[in-house]
Amino acid sequence: MSNDVLVFVEQQDGQIKKASFEALAAGRETAGNLSGAVSAAIVGAGIRNLATQAAQHGATKVFVAESDVLAAHSGDGCARAIAACAEQSGAGTVLFAHTAMGKDLAPRVAQLLDGACTTDATQLSVVDGVLQASKPVFAGKAIKQLRPNAAHYCVTLRPNAFAASEAPAAGEVVNVAAPDGDLLAIVKEISAASVNHVPLQEASVVVSAGRGLKGPEHWTLLEQLVEAFGPGVAAMGASRAVVDAGWRPHSEQVGQTGKVVAPMLYIAVGISGAIQHLAGMVTSKFIVAINKDPQAPIFKVANYGIVGDAFEVLPALTEAIRTTRQ
Amino acid sequence: MEILVLVKRVPATDSQIKIAADGKSYDAQGVEFVLNPYDEFAVEEALKTKEARGGTVTVMTLGTSAAQKDLRTCLAMGADKAILLTCEDHPDSAAVASVLAEKSKELAPDLIFCGKQAVDDDAGQVGPRVATLLGFACATDVNSLEIGDDTFAATRDIEGGRETIEGKLPAVITCQKGLNEPRYPNLKGIMAAKKKPLDEAAATPPDNKVEVVALEPPAERPAPSILGEGAAAVTTLIDKLQNEAKVL
Ligand SMILES: Cc1cc2nc3c(=O)[nH]c(=O)nc-3n(C[C@H](O)[C@H](O)[C@H](O)COP(=O)(O)OP(=O)(O)OC[C@H]3O[C@@H](n4cnc5c(N)ncnc54)[C@H](O)[C@@H]3O)c2cc1C
Ligand SMILES: Nc1ncnc2c1ncn2[C@@H]1O[C@H](COP(=O)(O)O)[C@@H](O)[C@H]1O
Repeated sequence: MSNDVLVFVEQQDGQIKKASFEALAAGRETAGNLSGAVSAAIVGAGIRNLATQAAQHGATKVFVAESDVLAAHSGDGCARAIAACAEQSGAGTVLFAHTAMGKDLAPRVAQLLDGACTTDATQLSVVDGVLQASKPVFAGKAIKQLRPNAAHYCVTLRPNAFAASEAPAAGEVVNVAAPDGDLLAIVKEISAASVNHVPLQEASVVVSAGRGLKGPEHWTLLEQLVEAFGPGVAAMGASRAVVDAGWRPHSEQVGQTGKVVAPMLYIAVGISGAIQHLAGMVTSKFIVAINKDPQAPIFKVANYGIVGDAFEVLPALTEAIRTTRQ
Repeated sequence: MEILVLVKRVPATDSQIKIAADGKSYDAQGVEFVLNPYDEFAVEEALKTKEARGGTVTVMTLGTSAAQKDLRTCLAMGADKAILLTCEDHPDSAAVASVLAEKSKELAPDLIFCGKQAVDDDAGQVGPRVATLLGFACATDVNSLEIGDDTFAATRDIEGGRETIEGKLPAVITCQKGLNEPRYPNLKGIMAAKKKPLDEAAATPPDNKVEVVALEPPAERPAPSILGEGAAAVTTLIDKLQNEAKVL
C-alpha cells in the first residue's frame, strides 16, 4: 500500500468546510507518520479556486476533477471522480469528513478501488507502518481498531474529533479527467433548514434538552442559551423522547438513531442519559449535565453536573454565559 | 416491481457488550439479538412500495441460521419470500456486499432497500457498496421517498438542511428513521409467514479487507463531578469551564 494520503475536500458557498480542514490536518499527520505526502482532491464545477485554501492547510498537491457535468452533486459521479484522483495521485489512504456527503461517498470510492473502508473514525495511528483507525461500535460501548488488508483504505473522520490547523504547502494543481458517461442520480434541490444556525455536527457547543423540559413551549429557554454563546458557536439538540413526542424535529435528535456529535462542550438539560442517547454524544470533549435527579445516568459521563430544576438553572446559566462574553 | 430488502441480525441496542478473551470480538453469550432497527424501515418501505405499485418483496440476509427468526418476522410483516445465506465467520462490509450483490443479480431487482447502518459496527457501507458493485443508483440516509415508473426522488438531511436526489431505477435506498412507521406483524401475518418460502444456502464470502486489531472498552471519561445544587452552582460551573476546561 502506498504511503501517500489523499484528502477529499468538501466545500460550501466557496469555502472549504471545517470538517474537511480537520481531515486535511489528520491527513498531514498520517502522511508524516507513514513518511508519505498528503494531497487534496476537489471535485465539482467551478471549484478550482479552493486549491489555495487546501494548500494553506498542507496539501502538497491538489487534484482537481472539474466538470460542468458535476455542477449538481451526484454521489455516483463524485465517487468516480474521487477514485480517479486516488488512482492518479497514487495514494493508498483516502480520507473524508464523516459528513452527510463524506459518509455517502467513502464506501462507494472504496468499492470502486476494491479497497477497505472504515467510517466514523475518532482516532488514527500508524502502527508498524500501517494506518490503524479506531471507531466507536455498539453505540459507543466499545472501540474497534481496524487496519486495511487492501491496496486502498478509505476512512471517514468524525467531525470535531480531529483539530484543524494551517500549514502552508505548495498545493500544485493537477488536473484529473472528470468521469464521462451517464450519472445515475443527482441532487435536484437543496433547502436550508435554518440558515442562522450552525449545523449540529459542526458546532463547537451543543445544547440539548429532553423530557425534563416538560413541553415544546419551554424551548425558548434553550434558544436563549444557544444565543448567549454568540453567533456561529452553538447548536441545539434533543433526546429521542422529545422528538417522538413531536416537540422537536428529528434533524435535532442526538443519539444512536439520530446524529452523532463530538463538540468541545455538550450541555444536557433534563436528559436521563439512556445508552442510545450517550451513543450520540459521549465522545464530546466536555459534558455538562443539568438534571433534578442525582441518580440520572447522564451524571456518570458528565465532567460537570448540576443537580437542580432546569427552569431555575437554565436562565442563570444563560445569564452567566452572556456575561462572560461581554 | 421486483423489490429486495437486505436485513441484518444485530445485538439489541441496550445489550451489554462483553469483550471476548481474544480482545478482538465480543462474547455473544447472553446477548439479545434483534432485526437491525433501521432494517425495519427498509422492510416497511418495501411493503409500501409493493402496495402502491405491485410486485414481489424478497428479504435476504447473510448470517448464521439464527437469522431465520428475523426473516420470519419480515415475512410476518408481509414480505413474500426470504433468502438466508449462511456463514459462520464475521465477514466485513466489503465481503458482505460482495456476496449480497452476487446473489442480487439472480433476482434482478428494481429496488433494493437497506438500513442506513447496522447498529453493531455502525458502518453504513453495505448499501452504497452493493449499489456500486451492481452499477445501480444510490441514495443513503433517506427519510422520504417517491417511486416513479423508472425513477425515484429521495430526500435526506444534510448539514443545515435537506436535499432531494433524483435518479433512475434500479436503485439502492438506505433507510433513515422518519421514512415511515414500521408495522407490527399481526397474528394472521405470523400464521401466513410459516408457509412462505425461506430458502437457505451456504455462502463463502471473500477475504475481509479490514482486519480487526482490537476491540476495547471506550476510554474512561474523567471522574464525574457534581458541582452543586440549583442555580447557585452556576458560578462554579462557569469557573470550571473557563479555567479548567478552557472552553469559554
Ligand atoms: C432502538 C432505540 C434507539 C434509540 N435511539 C435514541 C437516540 O438516538 N437518541 C435518544 O436520545 N434516545 C434514543 N432512544 C431512546 C432512549 O432509550 C430514551 O428513551 C430517551 O433518550 C429518553 O429521553 P429523555 O432523556 O429526554 O427522557 P427521560 O428518560 O424521560 O428523562 C427525562 C429526564 O429529565 C429529568 N427531569 C425531569 N424534570 C426535570 C426538571 N424540571 N429539571 C431538570 N431535569 C428534569 C429527569 O430526572 C430525567 O432524568 C432509543 C431507544 C431505542 C430502543
Ligand atoms: N449480513 C448482512 N446481510 C444482509 N444485509 C446486510 C448485512 N449486513 C448489512 N446489511 C444491510 O446493510 C445495511 C447497512 O449495514 P452496515 O453497512 O453493516 O452498517 C443494513 O442495515 C442492512 O440493510
